[in-house]
Amino acid sequence: MPVPPASAGRWFLRGARGVVSVPTAILLAAMVGFAGLARESGISMELAAVMTALIWALPSQVVLVGAIAAGASMGATILAITLCSVRLLPMVVALLPTLRGENTPRWQLYGLSTFVAVTAWVVAMAELPKLPREARVPWFAGFALALVVLNTLMTIIAYALIGGLPDMLAAALFFLTPLYFTCSLWGAARANLERFAFVAGFALLPAMHALDPTLDLVFAGIIGGTATWGFDRLRRRRGGL
Amino acid sequence: MPGYSLIDAPWWHLAFVILAGALPTHIWRWLGVAFGTRLDEDSETMRWVRAVATALVAAVVARLVLYPQGMLAEVPALLRLVALLGGFAAYLTLGRKVIVGVLVGEALLLAAMLWTLP
Repeated sequence: MPVPPASAGRWFLRGARGVVSVPTAILLAAMVGFAGLARESGISMELAAVMTALIWALPSQVVLVGAIAAGASMGATILAITLCSVRLLPMVVALLPTLRGENTPRWQLYGLSTFVAVTAWVVAMAELPKLPREARVPWFAGFALALVVLNTLMTIIAYALIGGLPDMLAAALFFLTPLYFTCSLWGAARANLERFAFVAGFALLPAMHALDPTLDLVFAGIIGGTATWGFDRLRRRRGGL
Repeated sequence: MPGYSLIDAPWWHLAFVILAGALPTHIWRWLGVAFGTRLDEDSETMRWVRAVATALVAAVVARLVLYPQGMLAEVPALLRLVALLGGFAAYLTLGRKVIVGVLVGEALLLAAMLWTLP
């Protein structure tokens, strides 16, 4: 079906308006928690905003701030971030068949994939199938860009205001991030494998933290994930659950 | 050797965020486009990858709750843990909505703070 040139722009704007949603509101609130964490860790407002705009994945941002605060080495930081963001790969793979049109150029897919993170993915997987094929790329571009801009502004505003907030409110805002990660990742899990891995990673962290506070996430992730995968594989081979 | 304070200059801090934060995150998104449909999500490698990534983010959650910075550290660890688990239990039992888990967890934390803090 031929697309009139004006309509891509209209779908882009519609996508941008799509940021008014419950998942976006929760993400924005969690971003306040991130801004507070960055401020407590001695990171400048500019750098916190740059993290939101350029990394665009809250777990990576939180891990990066933690690594800076703990004085982790460059290698340990890269390893932790690489491991925690690997879940973006299957998310991109799952989104592509829904997102792409018949003739969508590859560079557009590379550009758009840069914005795939939990919230954008959840909304896109729910909304895109309702749209005509040719509208999906411009809609997602508008939505993703608006989401990044809004969250970057939120990081700046929250960073500036959080110092003046009552202690209790600031603590409540910090607490949004772990609650958001727990519920949204449990919801995004495809199988029991991820659910068991979540419990294992959580349970292992205190021991790993006592061992080495700069590599604790990497240890808990690799040991907890590998053990869960091993048990899951054993169970599948025996033809159990 | 801490990576961030390797060179004490704003340009290095920005470079550190890009090299150690942005690129290791984006690489997976771009690989997703590059490999696309050729990847079998249920292969053993991909299963291992999913398990490790999930365990690592769970460890992030544990670190934020058990070893927090700032005001949250004033609340006893056990109460922080109860607030997280309570919110999660509400998420699981009340229709699996993220907003429900977040609100119940926050309400429990506020109650804990009102109870323990002066």
